[in-house]
Parts: sequence; C-alpha cells; structure tokens
Amino acid sequence: MSTKVEPIVDEPKALPAGPFLQVTDLRVHFPTDDGVVKSVDGLSFTVERGQTLGIVGESGSGKSVTSLSIMGLHAPGNAQISGQVVLNGDSLIGASPEHIRKLRGKSMAMIFQDPLSAMHPYYTVGHQIIEAYRIHNHVSKQVARKHAIDMLDRVGIPQPNQRVDDYPHQFSGGMRQRAMIAMALSCDPDLLIADEPTTALDVTVQAQILDLIRDLQQEFNSAVIIITHDLGVVAELADDILVMYAGRCVEYASAHEIFTEPRHPYTWGLLGSMPRLDRERTERLKPIPGAPPSLINVPKGCPFHPRCAYAELNAGASETQLPELVEISRRHFLACHLSVQDRQRIWDNDIKPSL
Amino acid sequence: MLLFIVSVITFSIFYIVPRIAGGTPETLATRYVGRSATAETVHLTAQKLGFYDPMTVQYGNWAKGIVVGSTFDYGAGIETCPAPCLGYSFITKQPVWPDLLDRAPVTFSLAIGASILWLVAGVSTGVLSALRRGTIFDRGAMGVALAGVSLPIFFTGLVSLAFFSYNLGWTAPGGQFVPFTENPAEWAYSLLLPWITLSFLFSAQYARLTRAGMLETMHEDYIRTARAKGLRERNVVIQHGLRAALTPIVTIFGLDVGLLLGGAILTEKTFSLNGLGKYAIDGITSQDMPKIMGVTLLAAFFIVIANLIVDLLYAVVDPRVRTQ
Repeated sequence: MSTKVEPIVDEPKALPAGPFLQVTDLRVHFPTDDGVVKSVDGLSFTVERGQTLGIVGESGSGKSVTSLSIMGLHAPGNAQISGQVVLNGDSLIGASPEHIRKLRGKSMAMIFQDPLSAMHPYYTVGHQIIEAYRIHNHVSKQVARKHAIDMLDRVGIPQPNQRVDDYPHQFSGGMRQRAMIAMALSCDPDLLIADEPTTALDVTVQAQILDLIRDLQQEFNSAVIIITHDLGVVAELADDILVMYAGRCVEYASAHEIFTEPRHPYTWGLLGSMPRLDRERTERLKPIPGAPPSLINVPKGCPFHPRCAYAELNAGASETQLPELVEISRRHFLACHLSVQDRQRIWDNDIKPSL
Repeated sequence: MLLFIVSVITFSIFYIVPRIAGGTPETLATRYVGRSATAETVHLTAQKLGFYDPMTVQYGNWAKGIVVGSTFDYGAGIETCPAPCLGYSFITKQPVWPDLLDRAPVTFSLAIGASILWLVAGVSTGVLSALRRGTIFDRGAMGVALAGVSLPIFFTGLVSLAFFSYNLGWTAPGGQFVPFTENPAEWAYSLLLPWITLSFLFSAQYARLTRAGMLETMHEDYIRTARAKGLRERNVVIQHGLRAALTPIVTIFGLDVGLLLGGAILTEKTFSLNGLGKYAIDGITSQDMPKIMGVTLLAAFFIVIANLIVDLLYAVVDPRVRTQ
C-alpha cells in the first residue's frame, strides 16, 4: 500500500504479533428516536491470510453491520462506531474516509447477498468490473477490459468475451453472483467479505459458488469472512466460526469444534435446526423457539435467556447478568452461564444423541 | 397512426361537438361571413364549405387539405390555402400555416432555452438537496421549489418584469423578439426573462422530482456496491445515483418540451411574445376557429412526436427495456 496516511496510535496490546485482520471490541450503535440500536456490541475476532472465518447468526444479529463497519460503509453521523479494526497493521476505525475509500476494493472487497440489486442495472457487467479495476489501477480501458474478461473466465462464466457486454439482467442468478465475485476480486483484495453470498441462489448453484470462493481464496491467498445464517454454508468452508446473537459473540471456536463440541445452547439450536442429509430422517427439524430480540430493547442478563431451554438452571444469573465471553478451552470462547457440569450433562444426554 | 387519431379528435372537437351542442350548419357558416350577412348568404356559404355534407366527407376534405392544400369558395370569393392547409382564417383572410411558421421560432426559442435552463437548475438543485437532506440548503431549496410550483407565471412574470426590466433595466422589456439567425446575443437578451420565469416553474418541479428520485436510488444496493469498490463519492453520486434517478426525468422532460413547443400560452401572453400560444389566444378571443384548430393540431403533433422520442430514448437510457 503506497497510500499510507499518518497511522492512528494503536494500543500495543491490540497488536499481538499482528494477525492480518484484527477486530477488537467493535461496537456499532445507531441512535434513533426510539433509543440506541446496539447492532454490534463488543465483538472481537481475528482472521489470518488464507483463512476463512464464518460469522453465523439469525437475521438482525448484527452480522451484516459488522461487515459494513469493517468496510467503512456506514453513513458518517448515522452510526457510532468504536473499538478497533486493524487490517494488516492499518487501523481503520477513525481513519480518514478518503483513506478507507482507497482501501475499499483494493485491500478489502465485498460480495453482497443479492447480486441483482447489488449490480447497477444500467451498466454492462463488463463496465462494472472495468470500473472497479480502473479505480485502483491506472490502465487503459482496453487493458482493463481484457482483465475483466480474464476475471469472468476465472469465475467460470462461459464465453466471457461475449458476456462481458451483457447487462446484469441478462445473466442468471448464479452467473450474476459469479460476476459479482469477479468484480470483488478484480483488484486482488487481501480481505474478502462475503455477506450471505448464496442466500439468493438455488441450492445447486450455492455449492458451486462456495467452491468457487474456496478455490479463489487458495489462489489469491486472501482472508475471507463469510457471513451467513446457514451453518451448512460454512461447514466445509470456514476454519473458524463465530456465532453471533443480539450483536454479541456467544461462541467462537474452530469450525471443527463448533460442529463436534458446540457448547452454547444457541449453537445447539442452530445445529438442531439444520437439515442433515447424512443422518437418518427421524423427526422434524427442531426450530429455536421465539424470535431474535429487538436490538433497541435487548433482554437483561443473557440476551438469549428468553429462548433458552436451560436458563432456569443458573439460579437467576441468566436474567440479571450478562455472561462474559471466556476461553473455556484453547481457542474456544463461550458466553454462557451454564456450569461446566450442567453443560456437559445436557450435551451428553440431550443434545449430542439428537444432532 | 397516432397522428390520425389526433386529427380525428381535433376534427371532432371543432366540427362535431358544436353540432351536438346545438349548432347548425348555418351558425357555423356565420362565423365565416360575419353576423351581418343575410340568411341566404349564410346558407350558401354553409353549402359551399360543405357543412351539409356527412361528417366523414367533411373530415376527408379537411384531412386532404392538410396534405394537398385546398381552396375555399364561400360565396364572397375564392380563397386558396396551399398545403399543408391546417385551416384558413376567414377573418384575417390568411391561411393558418404561414402564420404558424412565422410564430414557431418564438415559441421554439422560448421552449428550448427554458428547458435547458430548468433541466440544469432543477436537476442540480434536486441532487444537492437529496445529498444534504434535512440541512438548511435542502429546506431552503424545497421552500423555493414549493413557491415555484405554486406561483403562476403571470404573477412571477409580471413581478420580475417590473423589477428586472423596468426598475433595474437588466433585462429586455416584454414584447421583443430578435430571431437567433439575426443576432444571437440580442436573441438571448430578449428572451432571458421569459426563460427564467418559465424555467422557474419547471425547475421547481424537476428539483422535487430529482430529489425524491435521488433519495430513493442512493439507498439502492448498487450504490453500496459502488462505494464498496472504492469509487469516489462524487462518481458514486453522478455515475451511479443520478444515472438511475434520471430515467423518469427524461420521460417527463420530453413530454414537457413537446407540450411547450405547441405554445407556452401564459408566458407568451405575459411577456407579449408573438408565439404559437399567443396566436391561439388571439384565435380564441376573435372566435377564429381555423386558427385555434391549426395551433391545436400542431401542438398535438409535437406531443405525439415527443412521446415517440421519449419511448425511443427510454430504450437507450434503460437497457432493460430493450427488446432482446
């Protein structure tokens, strides 16, 4: 990066040997007439190059807000953002908008949920990729066009030199998402954030897109954050998984641990509500009862307690105290009041057999 | 096809509606020879002008006149009206078409100058207002826009005429028109105040439209994508936001210009400009049917053409409309 502005003073402890992306105590609050919406409230995680983090949670748990605040895409004055986001040693929160703008697209890029509405309907796919490329690379239109065709080819669009002049509405949903990925990757970003990249797509296309993201990640050695409400999406793709609830992290561990030894009742709920084709079909999927809380009026104590089947086991702590995120084993973080014994017992007896 | 329908409707309004309303061929003919004529003269005239013929024949003759010209023999003499014969004024003893040709440059100059002015002023105000939503600029601009929409031309026109022309002497007084081909500078000077007055009304409308459109498009997902690419905010606004918000404006703009080309009646009257609109008013006040009909048909023609251009333009502006 040649365009460095003066570095913001970092707290020394915020940079332990410098992970590629480090988010520390991120808070994104939106003051409204009805009160402060705490969309993200104290979130911390790290992502290394070549690694994939899956952020999982229901709608309104603050996943997308997190990604938009890393990208600096919240309207200034609208959101109150605090905490630290350090990308490759470069502190993003509090940096000048112009500095962030130059990083956007080049150092960090984003794939959005609905590729039809995320692409401009009046410009050809090629035009939009060329535009993205030429913002950060001073090349002629012809060179950029060639690059755009290359990118379309790389994401698996057939006859890219013809499709480059098509408009988004002439592409199918899967093709559009591929084009979106081509656009995001056109400047070879170090960090790729995919916000529900497969939600708007057919199941058959979903797998292709996820494969594509994985292949390209290996090729570009970029750090990837995949945001989804679907644990199935991140099951194979993610190295780490962060489970979000009501703007906070409730469980954060390696993907392997989340799937083999989940510890939070909410994670259990997510796993139980996931359709599994590799298991015998015995009964119906188990939904998590209730709905996610309003972020203006988060329940006191553990935000999940109104929906938690085990809230009454904690002698009132669930209703009064916010559980802290603690490291229960190496690189496995959990925010839950359940005692170790209770948790192990419930897991062994109730949850594990039925998953 | 559309023009045919328009001509039928225009014809109906001027030939059939008076009959339904109780007019007889004689009362129609009276308009051509004057009230003092004897009943026999009137009858003769009505006969010669074909008012006793079936309506379809009358329409055929009238339409034929537009294409090849026609002659009117109304008893007191024979008048020729060369093609395109949009009518023949028996009061001024002139065919309408040359009059229209004479007046058209005034109206065209007025319409084109004003439309460029209001497009630029209206759209840029709208964009700035949308980007600074809720600020003093936005409120001020929208307040002025509200005034612009509500104040009639004959008020703003007269006030500005009194102030800028007669008090300050900055602009030309009303009634002047110098053709562009004669002296472009004088042409612009003579039309400056009418342009501003007319465009004030339209700018206000366009500013509100643009503002609403921009507020909507700036919340679209593709704007977020454009920002995520690292595009400069100015380019995000102009190339992505305005580009999308402008589409409906193009439609309305085409129709508005088409409408104005047929005569800006109030503006022309206020500033005493001898354009098509004023011609229509003169026709109305002197009950000169062929004049009114001629202007109406010409105005309708412009609107139809404008419609056509807008439709074609829409396909250019919005690729989704293009046929596969």
